[in-house]
Amino acid sequence: MKHIYLDYNATSPVRPEVLETMLPFYREQFGNPSSVHWAGRQVSGALEKAREQVASLINASPAEIVFVSCGSEGDNMAIKGTLDALKDRGNHIITTAVEHPAVLETCAAMEKAGYEVTYLPVDKNGELDLAELEKAITAKTVLISVMWANNETGNIYPIEEIGRIAKKYNIRFHTDAVQAVGKVPVDVQKANIDLLVISGHKIGAPKGVGAIYIRRGTRMTQFMHGGHQERNRRAGTQNVAGIAGLGKACELASQELVSYYRRVRALRDRLEDGISSQVPEIKLNGTPFRDRRLPNTLNVSFAYIEGESLLLNLDMFGIAASSGSACTSGSLEPSHVMGAMCVEVTLAHSSTRFSLGPETTAEEIDHVLDVLPTTVQRLRDMSPLYNCGRTAEGCETCETVRRL
Amino acid sequence: MYTDKVMDHFTNPRNVGEIEDANGVGEVGNASCGDIMKIFLKVENNIIKDVKFKTFGCGAAIATSSMVTEMAIGKTIEEALELSNQAVAEALDGLPAQKMHCSNLAADALHEAIKNYITKNN
Ligand SMILES: Cc1ncc(COP(=O)(O)O)c(C=O)c1O
Ligand code: FES
Repeated sequence: MKHIYLDYNATSPVRPEVLETMLPFYREQFGNPSSVHWAGRQVSGALEKAREQVASLINASPAEIVFVSCGSEGDNMAIKGTLDALKDRGNHIITTAVEHPAVLETCAAMEKAGYEVTYLPVDKNGELDLAELEKAITAKTVLISVMWANNETGNIYPIEEIGRIAKKYNIRFHTDAVQAVGKVPVDVQKANIDLLVISGHKIGAPKGVGAIYIRRGTRMTQFMHGGHQERNRRAGTQNVAGIAGLGKACELASQELVSYYRRVRALRDRLEDGISSQVPEIKLNGTPFRDRRLPNTLNVSFAYIEGESLLLNLDMFGIAASSGSACTSGSLEPSHVMGAMCVEVTLAHSSTRFSLGPETTAEEIDHVLDVLPTTVQRLRDMSPLYNCGRTAEGCETCETVRRL
Repeated sequence: MYTDKVMDHFTNPRNVGEIEDANGVGEVGNASCGDIMKIFLKVENNIIKDVKFKTFGCGAAIATSSMVTEMAIGKTIEEALELSNQAVAEALDGLPAQKMHCSNLAADALHEAIKNYITKNN
């Protein structure tokens, strides 16, 4: 059976050019980049090259890039490192209800430690109201943390406007750009960003490598103690091969951004239009304005059926997608993102995310469109909610778990 | 993650649907936890002649529903009331730990349907 991978927001395959770039660092160029001898010298250049490649993709300078082990580490570092460094100035952070757990759970831990956190709500389309952001700012606010793009819905947040607000009030601005980098243009200068986080495995580099952009002059408390690597900002011998791979992936992303966007967006729109016309009673999760969504992401709920059972059925056809259903996460609650968007609870359980990548083809999309309508119908015929005259719960009775 | 038996019942569920002249109907679960299961019974002379189900839920929920209907057919209502959630899970060669709450649902739905039959017929 042919495998169709439509879960690029979860992770992506390592691109062949990236792997080629990495291999020498597992073979002849094995040195420790901190060593003075030939073996060290051979690889220290590779780190600096990767730093340039990453910096250039986001319009930063190489000295502002610190390599870390993953996106989650970058988010932890941004938030904890800032709160501690600025504890004399304040104790309040503003974030959103739809962040990735790497930010949300870090904020929750900071709350336990005595900091105050405001979680900005989103509307039914998952969009933010920037007036709410301004209202939430107090004299004690030291950090605004808003993701560039949401991993579940693909919604792109108005980062430039948020950057302007942060600048106006002189508040540090962190953005989790893990899903945005490589998919849409990202420019830290234009958006006035102080801290920005990238993860390798979402852009064709391997798992276990990431980067954080730290604007020059941004005071941070060190978080990983040890050696003097990364200008004392992050101890630990660097993952040279992974970093070289991340650099290459960023270089490819810079070169291909325009063509990637055009291609993937056309395929995503084909899927979105196909599902809308062939499957009745669906709900789009995320903004209906496609320009304000990542070009590769589509999140839909299929009324009356549950997400995991749909995923298992699709899996039998070789199709890999993902779901916001509780049943796929091991918890009893559906995704917090669906909850924050006030998606009715059975619809939240059925939310299904298709995320495309550079390797996705039109044939694959058409195959999905071939099998999806009958699969959905088969599960609907099995559902006690289908054709039974039950109406969806309203907001008053809906028990969707919301963080706010 | 799922056993072959679970996948078999999930992909080819037995006894899906409704019984038009059911004399016992039971429903358990709630939408917020992501599973709702409805069981229809046809009881004659104290024996379960036919069972059908409809389920909103994950793979485990559908498989346990299917399994419980197979196990219940032909049993007396007393025997069927003895059917435990554990027995359903075991008949499927086990369920992943985080899914055990779904297997509880299947036998519960059957018991609800039997209770509904008993109240209606007394
Ligand atoms: C928006 C977002 N932030 C952070 C992360 C975490 O990245 P990593 O898996 O590299 O820790 C992810 C990946 O799941 C993500 O989608
Ligand atoms: S229906 Fe939720 S875990 Fe089974």
